[in-house]
Amino acid sequence: MHIMEGFLPPAHALGWTLAAAPFVVWGVKSISRRLKEQPEQRMLLGVAAAFSFVLSALKLPSVTGSCSHPTGVGLGALLFGPAAMVPVGLVVLLFQALLLAHGGLTTLGANLFSMAIVGPFVAAGVFRLGRRLALPLAGCVFAAACLGDLATYLTTAIQLAWAFPDPAGGFVASLVKFGGIFAITQIPLAISEGLLTVLVVNALSRFNAEELKGMPLLGQGEVRA
Amino acid sequence: MKRQNWLILAAVVLLTVLPLWLVPKPDKGPDGQAGEAFGGADSKAQQAIGKIAPDYKPWFSPLMEPASNEIASLLFALQAAVGAGVIGYWLGASVTRDRLRRKNELPQVVERDKRAD
Repeated sequence: MHIMEGFLPPAHALGWTLAAAPFVVWGVKSISRRLKEQPEQRMLLGVAAAFSFVLSALKLPSVTGSCSHPTGVGLGALLFGPAAMVPVGLVVLLFQALLLAHGGLTTLGANLFSMAIVGPFVAAGVFRLGRRLALPLAGCVFAAACLGDLATYLTTAIQLAWAFPDPAGGFVASLVKFGGIFAITQIPLAISEGLLTVLVVNALSRFNAEELKGMPLLGQGEVRA
Repeated sequence: MKRQNWLILAAVVLLTVLPLWLVPKPDKGPDGQAGEAFGGADSKAQQAIGKIAPDYKPWFSPLMEPASNEIASLLFALQAAVGAGVIGYWLGASVTRDRLRRKNELPQVVERDKRAD
């Protein structure tokens, strides 16, 4: 999902940066407020960030014959709410952009938008919907993390198709092309991310049942996966 | 619960390993060398941009690039290691806390058992 440095025209790069900026402010506020109210959650925030660090460093092979990586932001979105994952995603993306030349500073806004904004918000929305339909917790966690991951890659495909419409087929033809590269590659990886998130939530509900009660999303209803 | 966790882990491993078998080897290029399999989706997208807009020139380049692929994999490994370290610390601390809690509860359980006898 990393759009490479310089690979978005200046207007798009600036637009996505402006679009992502307010979410960063909101996210930082949301995290600092939460830690002030419940300092004991610091450890779990660390776990959520660490999960995203690990998963976004693992490039996994996929059925399309290319490699991509999960994002790991779904877990944190379920624990701390989607806004809290924006600063976490920013740290991951900055590390990769500055040290690894993976992604970039001009595309940071666009990448942040797909990975740390669309992904977590879709994950939280899917989770809420699943719980409202009274689906089992494990199923909701899986669907949330999996679809959040896919949504990130779909967003990248849309961003690129918007910036580079096909000369013949326009936006749609481009979207099909970039969607084939990103979204289809991502399907098995998104399933893996969903499964791993369920695994961590299983461990959390066994070891951190007290802390989970205070969580905005996972704390609702019984906590058993 | 335990069984479910193992099944999940097995499924993740299968999902990761199966593509390595399932995907056919890429066709040989004009130079007779086999094309690169399992390249990054990011660089595939970069190539696709090159096809759609051949005139597009990236207008900014990374401030710093890893000196080689080895250095890049070092940094990726570092990123994963930092994350895994934090998760490992949390799991270790949690398991120990859980065990101590159980140990403190145990005497009462034993007493209750004796009474039941």
